[in-house]
Amino acid sequence: MSTYLDFEEPIKELEEQIENTKEIGASTEIDMSDKINELQDVLSKKTKEIFSNLTPWQRVQLSRHPDRPYTLAYIDAITEGTFQELHGDRSVKDDKAMVGGFGLLDGQTVMFIGQQKGINTKMRQYRNFGMPNPEGYRKALRLMKLAEKFNKPIVTFIDTPGAFPGLEAEERGQGEAIARNIYEMMRLKVPVICIIIGEGASGGALGIGVGDKVVMLENTWYSVISPESCSSILWRSWEHKEKAAAALKLTSEDMYKNKLVDDVIKEPVNGAHRDHELIFSTVKKHIKKYIKELEKEDPNKRIDQRIEKFNKMGVWK
Amino acid sequence: MSWFKRVKEGITTSTQDKKETPEGLWVKCNNCKTVFTAEEMASNAHVCNRCSYHERIGSEEYFQIIFDDAKYTELNKDLEAGDPLKFEDTKKYTDRLKSTQKATQLKDAIRTAKGKIDGMDLVVAAMDFSFIGGSMGSVMGEKIARAIDEAIKMKAPFMIISKSGGARMMEAGFSLMQMAKVSGKLGQLAEAKLPYISFLTDPTTGGVTASFAMLGDINIAEPNALIAFAGPRVVKETIGRDLPEGFQTSEFVLEHGFLDYIVDRTQLKETLALSLKLFNN
Ligand SMILES: [Zn+2]
Repeated sequence: MSTYLDFEEPIKELEEQIENTKEIGASTEIDMSDKINELQDVLSKKTKEIFSNLTPWQRVQLSRHPDRPYTLAYIDAITEGTFQELHGDRSVKDDKAMVGGFGLLDGQTVMFIGQQKGINTKMRQYRNFGMPNPEGYRKALRLMKLAEKFNKPIVTFIDTPGAFPGLEAEERGQGEAIARNIYEMMRLKVPVICIIIGEGASGGALGIGVGDKVVMLENTWYSVISPESCSSILWRSWEHKEKAAAALKLTSEDMYKNKLVDDVIKEPVNGAHRDHELIFSTVKKHIKKYIKELEKEDPNKRIDQRIEKFNKMGVWK
Repeated sequence: MSWFKRVKEGITTSTQDKKETPEGLWVKCNNCKTVFTAEEMASNAHVCNRCSYHERIGSEEYFQIIFDDAKYTELNKDLEAGDPLKFEDTKKYTDRLKSTQKATQLKDAIRTAKGKIDGMDLVVAAMDFSFIGGSMGSVMGEKIARAIDEAIKMKAPFMIISKSGGARMMEAGFSLMQMAKVSGKLGQLAEAKLPYISFLTDPTTGGVTASFAMLGDINIAEPNALIAFAGPRVVKETIGRDLPEGFQTSEFVLEHGFLDYIVDRTQLKETLALSLKLFNN
């Protein structure tokens, strides 16, 4: 069963009307095709209208839509069954909130890494809601170094409400783990592509988010804090999340405008959650294009450009 | 905090005119409540003579403690924050900046300077917690980046004195990217084979901990400082029970392997000088 957000309700109603009309047509053998076409017209207009006027907070809601595909779904679709997951940080354990491994992208070996959210209640627990512990970041770094050693490009999928703020995470150096990744990613000799596919929350996102191409899917967010936490700190109440979402300029459009990400990948008109196959093929196309572009560069020059790109970020007077 | 104003005369810095002895001013240790003269406190590096409590101090005090004869040249001291997002919460960011600048007489939450320590060159970036919680915005990133360039030019070691609650929310995405920006510059410093000393003081949390504060060739800290990625309140909420005694203190972080040593502020200069000598020799 699909889930509909409050602002998607008109879409749900129209879809139900179309279904009902079809059923009536089938059971009464009256030709309802004109009526159906008409409703489908209305539906497509309504969808366009809703999705071209989304507020920042609605984008945040979409980024967390339960029907949105998660990292492994992208990897599986893109690698067509050739993905081999690799586990563990070689020190403490295997973090289920972070996944990674090699797979083939139309014949080329690529290292895929990403935060993984669970697809149902049980799996959400198992995946720790996509919030990695230090082991997750250290596994990710191990896999990135592996890719570098064998000269394979790296693609990361970012989808996290944040790095896990637990007791053991602090004991085992959550801060150091993220810091190390940022530092090392800046200097990787292979092309690095980072794609925000859902939530890009702060250091937990940046811990696998330093690359030659950092791109956002259209209906995602990326910022230093979630709108809810921002609201609770700056407004001292959880009530102002809409305002906070707008103030943070966290949408793909704003992040691109501020030159904090390199590109925005368009989603299907009704969102990535309504057409998985389409978003998979779109993302795949983009990854291939980026890799082709980046592989032309000399590795040292690519690193210099990566550093210089981030060095330009900031506004002062 | 007026008693944190400098005590010694005869220092040739750009802010010399601000310096005066706050004569007859008494200060109380925040921990044991013993009363000292401001002069006594300053001459002991703002550490309580009785209980060793380290008072929170700012960039100016650290520069005075570290640099020979308290002499230093400040770098890029006029850099100020922009307001790229036109940010407004209960207050406009620009208003917040103005009122904080007025109250603190600081431009932003970090100052950078070059000088000598035991005759050796050193470039230092030091944070001011009194400026919006030492929060990391574009100015912090840019000042550190330029200070690293200066260190590379001088072939000098580099030190960051962290004292920050983390990211500056009013610069949102820009603030986040400073973590990456500084890390990139630290890589260039490393390539030049110049030592980077990260000095963590109370408090060092959030995005500062999750980037340059943890990336020192050596990470050192003041005693009993709060050092954390997620702050204690957040961790407590997450685990739903009280935190163990001493959790997220310097001593705890040292014990878990993320610090090289803890140094009492009264020993800071000589300890630091020895570390630098061991690198330079
Ligand atoms: Zn005391």
